[in-house]
Amino acid sequence: MVETIKSAETAAAKPVGFEPRIVAFFCNWCTYLAADLAGTSRMKYPPNARVIRVMCSGRLDPQFIMKAFADGADGVLIGGCHPGDCHYQEGNYKCLRRFHLLKRVVKEMGIEDGRFRLEWISASEGDRLRTVMHEMVEQVRALGPLQCGVPAEEEAGR
Amino acid sequence: MKPKVAFYWCAACGGCEEAVVDLAEGILDVVAAVDIVLWPVALDFKKADVEKMEDGSIAAAFINGAVRSTEQAEMAHMLRKKAQVVIAFGACAQLGGIPGLANFSDREGVLKEAYRDAPSVVNPDGAMPATTHKDNGFTVTLPLLYNTVRALHQVIDVDYFVPGCPPTPQMLSDVVQALLKNELPEKGTVLAADSALCMDCPRKDTKPEKLAITAFKRPFEIIIDEEKCLLAQGLLCLGAATRTGCGARCIEGNMPCTGCFGPTSRVRDYGAKALSAVASLAASNDEDEIVKMLANIPDPAGTFYRYSLPVSALQRRKL
Repeated sequence: MVETIKSAETAAAKPVGFEPRIVAFFCNWCTYLAADLAGTSRMKYPPNARVIRVMCSGRLDPQFIMKAFADGADGVLIGGCHPGDCHYQEGNYKCLRRFHLLKRVVKEMGIEDGRFRLEWISASEGDRLRTVMHEMVEQVRALGPLQCGVPAEEEAGR
Repeated sequence: MKPKVAFYWCAACGGCEEAVVDLAEGILDVVAAVDIVLWPVALDFKKADVEKMEDGSIAAAFINGAVRSTEQAEMAHMLRKKAQVVIAFGACAQLGGIPGLANFSDREGVLKEAYRDAPSVVNPDGAMPATTHKDNGFTVTLPLLYNTVRALHQVIDVDYFVPGCPPTPQMLSDVVQALLKNELPEKGTVLAADSALCMDCPRKDTKPEKLAITAFKRPFEIIIDEEKCLLAQGLLCLGAATRTGCGARCIEGNMPCTGCFGPTSRVRDYGAKALSAVASLAASNDEDEIVKMLANIPDPAGTFYRYSLPVSALQRRKL
């Protein structure tokens, strides 16, 4: 309840009723299980994330992230296993390398840093998942809606 | 009667016209087989001449260049009406190309850079192009620049795509032959092989079994080995993500692939895919070290989306 009131206050300066849409890609072996744990432990966190389960954070094609932003996500969160814990040995390292380069591209496209985040969250860290969800939603809420692509009036002028 | 063909250029550098001229004496076969009804770079036919022609009376229109002004959009729409087949010729028409990099900016930013801020500009009065100008009782006009550069198929319906910056003369003569014999494939086809450049690379055999890059290098920083896989030398060669068909011209010239042939049919966003291929080769598992290594890739968005920003998922920098 406290959370709801707090987020309503932060949203006051932004368009009325703005609820950030977060696309969250969680790996099957760690972060998705952490989300499961958070659920079964009845932890409360904002419902703004649309969780997509992938087998490994290394499965994340940067195209997915670009598409998420292009199709209306206000933020993208990636959750994977801690370094050294990847079920496939090095998938999360591949994700890490791609993330850092992609982060710079995303920034060059005019998308603020706070909208794109990578977190290592293991299966036992339900509370960490809750914290990250809170932080991410509040951060994106403060940034406001993200409008990517070509504006409609520009589209019509052709 | 010989089939009529039109060539037109939108936002382009003239390199695609050069590809036509590079047919050398082969151009005589083309001229013998078709009637060229419009080709601003070489012939004196005007827009009005084409306007008078019946709709659908041109067999094929080859349009190169991206669309970034009202005039280019108007010409594209007109040629679409007059031509039975429209071919997007070259990287700019297919993907947006180099002019598409203007999508990192907008109309105002582009004009300011070109007419005011660039170090080579001398413009003490701060004169800027305007769409209308009155002088001595006369009004002269210029086309309006759009904020966003587009590939041809984002403006008109396009039948075929010929990739490349520029396409090879061979590709052009193949298309003309296919047109004359009425042997064109399914609509929407990119008229080049559908596999990656690495498959046809003359240096393929020197690629290590497992590529791992310890330091990303730029071409001026090293003496480039003429035999060895360029990616294995730490150079940002995008052949792994790029469609083949160019004959590995840059590789033969000892320069890495910059991706002008665009993606294969399985890829939606070329830049993201190329980035994925390159970044995952960084030979480190340590976050700080990875960030440091990747720092030697300056301007990653401009590098990976060099030819394809307007057709990428995001299409442009946020306005």
